[in-house]
Amino acid sequence: MTKDHAARNLDRPAALDVDRVRADFPVLARIVHGKPLAYLDNAATAQKPRAVIETLDRYYREYNSNIHRGVHRLSEEATAAYEGARERIRAFINARSVREVIYVRGTTEAINLVAQCYGRARLKAGDEILVTEMEHHSNIVPWQIVCGQTGAVLRVVPISDAGEVVMEEFERLLSPKTRIVALAHVSNALGTVNPVREMVRLARERGAVTLLDGAQAVPHMTVDVQELDCDFYAFSGHKLFGPTGIGILYGREKLLEEMPPYQGGGDMIKAVTFEKTLWNDLPYKFEAGTPHIAGGIGLGAAVDYVGSVGLDAIGAWEQELLAYATRAAQEVKGLRIIGTSAHKAAVLSFVLDFIHPHDLGTILDAEGIAIRTGHHCAMPVMDRYSVPATARASFAFYNTLDEVDRLIAGIEKARKVFAR
Amino acid sequence: MMDIKDLYQEIIVDHNRSPRNFGVLEGSDLRLEGFNPLCGDRLTLYLKLDGERVSDIRFDGNGCAISVASASLMTEAMKGRTTAEARAIFDAFHHLLTSPQPPADTASLGKLAALAGVRDYPTRIKCATLCWHTLNALLEGRSTPVSTE
Repeated sequence: MTKDHAARNLDRPAALDVDRVRADFPVLARIVHGKPLAYLDNAATAQKPRAVIETLDRYYREYNSNIHRGVHRLSEEATAAYEGARERIRAFINARSVREVIYVRGTTEAINLVAQCYGRARLKAGDEILVTEMEHHSNIVPWQIVCGQTGAVLRVVPISDAGEVVMEEFERLLSPKTRIVALAHVSNALGTVNPVREMVRLARERGAVTLLDGAQAVPHMTVDVQELDCDFYAFSGHKLFGPTGIGILYGREKLLEEMPPYQGGGDMIKAVTFEKTLWNDLPYKFEAGTPHIAGGIGLGAAVDYVGSVGLDAIGAWEQELLAYATRAAQEVKGLRIIGTSAHKAAVLSFVLDFIHPHDLGTILDAEGIAIRTGHHCAMPVMDRYSVPATARASFAFYNTLDEVDRLIAGIEKARKVFAR
Repeated sequence: MMDIKDLYQEIIVDHNRSPRNFGVLEGSDLRLEGFNPLCGDRLTLYLKLDGERVSDIRFDGNGCAISVASASLMTEAMKGRTTAEARAIFDAFHHLLTSPQPPADTASLGKLAALAGVRDYPTRIKCATLCWHTLNALLEGRSTPVSTE
């Protein structure tokens, strides 16, 4: 840290100790193209703390075995660790019961599960599914598929120039035909934090079932599914400093009970004969086959880690990073921020009038700075702002003000490369 | 350590800023779209043939500097060539970017050799080759849009 930045930190004794948390993430010590890595692509995937890496390592070294069925010691240990992690994840999102906490591969699978097991089972021709214009493709395409299967219709709530849901339009589009409302809690491309509590309340008033895509929310803020009152909540482990290939679908128990299974196989049944099969109880009904055992245990470790740092401290530091980066970006000539909602997670999406995002991404990479460039799996958002792509710096609590300075310096370097 | 100026050579920066043969070609015989779904680059290539000879070629669209400069340099290199010569240049250019061993002599490629630096940036090779694959598809008489994926 520079002296200036260190002095800023001293002003806030309660603030998160960035240098200390950085030491928990081995990859942050990497040198890329001869420069220290500045990892600003956290909305794509977050880095893993030593606690998660060692948990995975320990599982494979010491007690790797299948769960739920073995009578031997290792299986008991693996089952206890996997189910213990589920309980801690339940507490992390304040679900009422572990029966409401289903292990899936990630947010995408969670949404597909709801689309197929709730949507396909219940929707009729003419029913409506409501999404917003800022959704990730994974909260659009599963609904398009179920619309094709059932004759239901996908409706889209527009967003404003600032990247906020137009609430009057949301209320107008909520109709007696609306059966499902599927919303990003936080937009991956814009950073917008949607007023989901209010939106869920309005949807439930009209009798619609609600799903929140929480992939970009859980790493940054406390999520309480009971307080949000949503019916389904989906998130991925890998954006929450946990392993890839594991995620969570929270579902209201009553709805999950009524839904048919997602896949057939082992572990999701009570008894099988060729005439009839009895589904297992929740949550196992939705967990066919040997799951990602290490992933579940690792996600438990990630949730513990995030809890130990504290989401309040995380949120406060990230907001400081965002405010600092936003101010600095506004000083850059020719830079336009895409997504200027008053309520944002630490995502800075932008375009420059002198360079395409991909060229900027390559030039920043040569400086050791990792950002994302492209459409961010949100092509309708790119269309909304009439840009082919954006550059996106997305922050986590281990990022520093110095890294923001390096980002801005990298943009200025790119300007020089293109000004010849 | 990589030097970014090996990639963004002056000629590339120049052709990105002022692309040659840019815009719709009225009365073209052939036109085809190419796109890179990974990054959103899109271009349309227009071709006018005089028998077997490329009498005019233009492009328009939207993309990064590598993709725009590559298309601009390609149109310059193609004008007046026979379709057989055009295919030979395509092969040489493709070889330049994708063969395990870079060609020892790039003089025959003329200005196109400025794009050789893209070799060292695997994620950007598709940016440089999009327009070329589109041209190749046009010359082969294909009519479905070209995708790099």
